[in-house]
Parts: sequence; structure tokens; C-alpha cells
Amino acid sequence: MLQDLAAVDTHALAATAARYVGLLPLIPLAGFLVNGALSLIPAYTMGPGDPSAAGHDHDGAAAARAHAVDHAEQSGATGDDHHAVARHPYAAVASVVGPLVLVLSFALAVAIWLAMASAGEMRTPYVQRFFDWMVTGDLKIAWAFQVDQLSMIMVLVITGVGMLIHIFSIGYMGDDPGYPRFFAYLNLFVAFMLVLVLGASYPVVFVGWEGVGLCSYLLIGFWFSDKANAYAGKKAFIVNRIGDVGFLLGMFLLFANVGTLDFTGVAASASSLGYDSALVTTICLFFFLGCVGKSAQLPLYVWLPDAMAGPTPVSALIHAATMVTAGVYLIARSGFLFAMSPTACITVAVVGTLTALFAATIGLKQWDIKKVLAYSTISQLGYMFMGVGAGAYAAGMFHLVTHAFFKALLFLGSGSVIFAMHRAYHHTGSHEDAQDMRNMGGLRKYMPITFVLMWIATLSIAGVPPFSGFFSKDGILGAVFARAQHGALADATWLGMPGSAVLYVLYVLGLVTAFLTAIYMTRLMLYTFHGPNRTGEAEQAHLAEAPWSMTGPLVVLGVLSAAGGWLDLPAALPLGPVGVLEKWLDPVVGAATAAVAGSAGEAVTSTEYFLIGAAVVIAILGIVVAVARLKPALLVPKRDALPSHGFEHVLEEKYYVDEIYDDAIVRPLVSGSRNVLWTGIDRGIIDSLLVNGSAVLARGFGWIGSQLQSGETGAYAWAIAIGALAVLGAFTFR
Amino acid sequence: MISEALFFSAVLFTIGVVGVLTRRNAIIIFMCVELMLNAVNLSFIALSRLHGSANGQVFVLFVMTIAAAEAAVGLAIIISIFRHHKSVDLRNINLLKG
Repeated sequence: MLQDLAAVDTHALAATAARYVGLLPLIPLAGFLVNGALSLIPAYTMGPGDPSAAGHDHDGAAAARAHAVDHAEQSGATGDDHHAVARHPYAAVASVVGPLVLVLSFALAVAIWLAMASAGEMRTPYVQRFFDWMVTGDLKIAWAFQVDQLSMIMVLVITGVGMLIHIFSIGYMGDDPGYPRFFAYLNLFVAFMLVLVLGASYPVVFVGWEGVGLCSYLLIGFWFSDKANAYAGKKAFIVNRIGDVGFLLGMFLLFANVGTLDFTGVAASASSLGYDSALVTTICLFFFLGCVGKSAQLPLYVWLPDAMAGPTPVSALIHAATMVTAGVYLIARSGFLFAMSPTACITVAVVGTLTALFAATIGLKQWDIKKVLAYSTISQLGYMFMGVGAGAYAAGMFHLVTHAFFKALLFLGSGSVIFAMHRAYHHTGSHEDAQDMRNMGGLRKYMPITFVLMWIATLSIAGVPPFSGFFSKDGILGAVFARAQHGALADATWLGMPGSAVLYVLYVLGLVTAFLTAIYMTRLMLYTFHGPNRTGEAEQAHLAEAPWSMTGPLVVLGVLSAAGGWLDLPAALPLGPVGVLEKWLDPVVGAATAAVAGSAGEAVTSTEYFLIGAAVVIAILGIVVAVARLKPALLVPKRDALPSHGFEHVLEEKYYVDEIYDDAIVRPLVSGSRNVLWTGIDRGIIDSLLVNGSAVLARGFGWIGSQLQSGETGAYAWAIAIGALAVLGAFTFR
Repeated sequence: MISEALFFSAVLFTIGVVGVLTRRNAIIIFMCVELMLNAVNLSFIALSRLHGSANGQVFVLFVMTIAAAEAAVGLAIIISIFRHHKSVDLRNINLLKG
């Protein structure tokens, strides 16, 4: 303990802004408290005693109530962004407090980052302890935050992108009666997310991990008066619990075998677990189970598409840019463990690749604009796991960052579109689906800024140079190819197969996924922005660009999506400083990367150019195929659409995975709980046999006793006499 | 000498027990109980004399005192039972039946 304190005092960051790291999550938490207090005041009251109902505001309040009822009646299982319209009396305060705390957090994060940059290369993390949290027996867990290159990347993304999304929300959510509640949840989410990435030990990370899960649940079910939304929130929460069990078991095993849960402590003594031992593989796979739940990988991805029931800024912040990438962060953070288990590494990469491919195929046939982006997110998270699984932690984190830029842009752009669509339908009183792409089309004319920015994001995610997604995806694919050629993973065997062959297959599947990504994203753009407009004659007059408070953050994200690639240029394309992010992360993940990659460097340059060329050709081919094959002009609005057939229908129905889970797991579980556990064990054995049975038994003994009480004193006298004789006899003849 | 006294005491006690067990009239049962008490008193006296100690006689005095008190309470109870039931036959009195 004393040594640690001394180390902290002499650390390069000791006297800089980093000593205020504890404030980072506290600032959004303060925002949560203020907005949470405001949200206790209702936007309108229902009773006749409401003073505003009698005053000038009467019509507005009545209209708001009518709308609330309308929407509750008509909203279906699609969970679209239809909702009641009523401005909260303190909306102005929430508009200031909500984004302001994020601006402050971001400023502090930038200050800490500048201090790190000026402190020169920092090989050890700056750990600040606040208090002892759990001290029992050998278990000593301090509430401590760790500032290093990896956590700073995450903090900058969370506060930076989070800030933009908060500003966007001012316009997007302004007319919602739950406006302060929305900002309260959003602030609380940021606070927990910062705890997650700053935690210096697994338990502290776990607190953030569970906290963001809670906020995700609250925000998915934000419009909880619609049952479908509330169910979606519940689904997310329950599916995530499965993964969290894995996280917990991983922690237990780690503590039982290493004796500490601090990152620095585990990293120092991880080698005692034994290279490629069953134990370290088990620990890694348990942690990966947690990541599979949180980051929506096969087979636990089913909650993320349903999570689109939440407001669109929530989808952008939580279900695309930050929370769902926590699994990637955790594996990069635990690189010292994963580097010791090639089996676990290849498992991560295989699951990631299969998820990327699987989700991309579903994305091909979705009509809901947010559902396309949801499956796209799952697919891109699969890419990140492919990267970190292949031991390319810097490449995985790079894709995490660029994905945060372009996917936040795509979601906010789709939010802009939905906002415009919803406003148009609102004007005409129509109840068409504002999120279905079949009802859009030709929006290029009405929303030129959103149109251009969405194309930048689309080209970026499709992997077209020079946009950011090209570089990060190329980094991952290149790393997978390099690992297949030589290194620890190529020499390992996975389920009896040579690791090298597995990784080559993964590389090819990654290319196929890139092709599909280009197709479904181009499809989204074509159906939304190109071709004729299908919204409706009356509605077209009301389609317009969103206000600047919403478009502004989009522009910033557009610049980041376009230029984000310069964060980590590959050596083969020296368009500027090469490998900045990789060098920045080297003190944290460099050792783990080297352990997986082996002593040899990356692929030789000629091969590298070939790989880059293949990726570019595939991306452009995907876009060309989509443009050539898809005819937006032939599309009809949703209400006139014919049902699809064959494999298309299977894709549209998402491979029936939800139905299979329902039939294979949920229904047997429910009927087993109802028929065996409830009727059989609870009511049958516990209630009938044990609870009522003991009562019957006691009553039976009581009945026997009462029969002895005949009231005949003579009988009592006989009993006493015989008893006395028996006692005498016993003493006499013993 | 002592064996005769104890035999006589045992006979008296047995008569008392049999009376209590077989008779139904409360007054007679009451008298039988007194008989049992006095049978015990007799053996106290005989054993006191055998051991040349006054302890047994002291006990007898106590027993007689208790018996007197018991007789007073017991007879009062029997009288009030009779007032209530117009009978002292114990077959008719089973209020404590469970």
C-alpha cells in the first residue's frame, strides 16, 4: 500500500490534471441528479384540479393528452419513435444541464489527455485510489481509477461522441414529456460508462458494466407505456444477465488462482496460470461470455435489434458507439490473459467473424432503417472481435473508435430522417410507419445535409478509401491475414483444426462480410434518399431538414468519419504519421500483441498492397452491385408491399432466431417453471406436502391428544394408578 | 411389628386406590383419597418408631394439615358441583372433555 502511494506520487501524471480523474464520472452523475429531480415534475397533470388546465394552456394540455392516447392505441410492435407530444415546463433547464455536464467531462478528458501527451511515453498506468471498497480476508478491492492510454481513448470517445449526441438530443427529444428523465438516464449512463473504462480492477469495471446495463434497460423502455418497448428493455436486461454470469465466474476463477483482481496485479502474475493451460482458457472464455452478452455477439445478439425500441440518440450512444463496445474494451484490457491462450483468442475471432457475417446477411433484407443499422452494428462489433481475437488489439480499438464516429453519424442521421418523417406524418395526422424505408425515398431533395453526411458514413463503413472505416477494417483484416501466416495463433490448433487454416477462412469470411456491408448500406441509402418519394402527396410539403442543433453534431461526426483514418495509418499507406494509435496503445497492449503475433512483423509489403487492393475492390464491387441490382423506383410504400418469399423471407424474418429461441428455450423454460417448478414443486411438494402437511401432522397429533382428554376423571385416575404401578414396577424389577 | 404395620398400611392404601378407581360418587372418592393419605400416615408413624426419629411424625402433622385444607376446598367444590348438576356422580361431569 505504501509502495503504491509512493509510486503514485512519483508518477509522471501525479501533479497534472489526471489527479482530478475522480471527477470524470461525478460530473455526469451530478447532471443525473439535477435532471432526475426535474423529471419528478410531470409535464402535464391529468386531473380536473390542474390549474393549467383551466388557464390559457388548456388547449395545449388537452391536445397533448389526446395525442398520448392516440399513440398508445395505434403503436404496434415496431416500437417506432412515435410518442406523446408535450413540452416539459423545465425543458430549458434540462437542455442546459444535460449537455453541459458532458461538455465539462469532455474538457476534463481533453485536459488529462494533453497532460499525458506532454508527459512523454508513459509505460505504467496512473492509478488513483479513493477508498477501500471491499476488504474481507484475502480479498482487498480498492475503489480505484486507472488512467492509461487505453482508458483515455475510451474516455475521449465516450465524452466526445456522447457530447455530440447529447446536443443532438436537445432537438430530437425536445417535445417529449419525459425530456428531463431522458437526460437524467443519459447522464447516468455516461457516468457508469466512465466508471467501466476507468476502473482499475475487474470489480470496479463490473460496477460500470452493470450500471450501463441498467441505463440501457431504462432507455430502451423509455416509452414504456407501449408494451413492446418495455418487453424489449426486459429482453436486453435478461439476455445480458447470461453474459454477466460469465464475467462473474471469470472474476471468481481469477481471484481463486491469482489472488488479486487489479489489472496491474493480474498482469504481473498472469504467467503463473500457465501458457495455454485449461485454466487460463476457461477464465478467458468466461470473460468472453460476458463480452458476448454486452457486445451482442452470437448467440446472445438477439437483444440489440429489439433495443432499437429506444429513442434514436440512445441507439447511437449506447447501442452503437459506447456500451456495446465495452466487450471489445474488456478483451483489449485483458490482453495479458488472452495472449496466454491461443484457443480463447481463436474462439473470440471465430465468434466475431461468424457474427459479422450472420448479422450482415440479415441486414440485407430489413425494412426498418434502424434495424438495418442495428444488424450493421452487430456485424461491425463482430469485426472488432475478429481483430482483438487475432491479437490485433490496436486494430480492434481503432475500429471501435472509427465505428463510434460513423455509426453514431448513421444513427443520428437516421434519427434526423425519422424526425422529419414523423413531423411530416404528424402534420397530416397519418399513422404510417416513420421508420420504414419503403415509406421514404427521394429524401435527398428535402434533407441535403443529412444526405451528404450519411453517404460519408456509408462509404466509411463500406470500407472505401480514404474514409475512416477503410483503414480500421483493413487493419483488422490485414492482422488476421498476418496471424494466419505466422505467430502463436497459426501454430495453435483449434478444435483439432490448424489455427492457420481457421484464420485464413476467417479472413475470407471477413471479405465476404465487407462485400455484404457495402451492399446493405448502399441499399439503405438508395431506398432512403434516392428514387421517387413514397411518403405521400400531402406529407411531402412538410419534409424538411432538422434544425441546426441536430445537424451540427452530424457535421462534426461527418468530419471525424471522413478523417478518422488518419489516427492510425498503415505503414503501406504513409499519407501522414503512420500508426499513431498503435504507438499510443503500445504500453498497454504492446506486450500482448507481441506475444500473439510472434517476433516477425506484419505481412510483407507486396502482400499488404494486394490485401488493401482486394478490400477496396470488394467494397466498391458491393456498392456497384447494389446500385445495379436495386431499383428504388419500383419500390412501393409499406402498406402496399407484397409479402416476400423464399430465402428473402427467411432473411426478413431474421432466420427465425427469435422464434427458435422462443420455442427451444423460453417456452420450455416458462412451461417447465409453470408445470414443474410452480405446480409440481412449489404448490405440490412445498405448499401441499411440507407446509400444509406439517399442519395436518400437528392437527393429527392434537386430535390424538384430545381423545385422551375424555373428561372422565375415573379414566385419569386409572391412568395415574397404572402409571404409578409401572414406575414402581420398573424400579423394583429392573 | 413393622411388617404388620406396613402390611396394614398397604391394605388400607389399596382399598383407597380401588375405591378411587371404581366408585363414581365424588364424596366416596374423596373419602377414599383420605384413606390413602392416612395409610401413608400410618407407615410414616411405623417407620418413625422403627428408626427412633421424630421426622416421620412431623411429616404426619404436615400431611394432616394439608388433608384438612384439601378437605375444605374439595368439599366446597363438590357442593358447588352438586348445586350446578344436582348430582355428584362423576360420570355426568366431563366438562374437560377434549
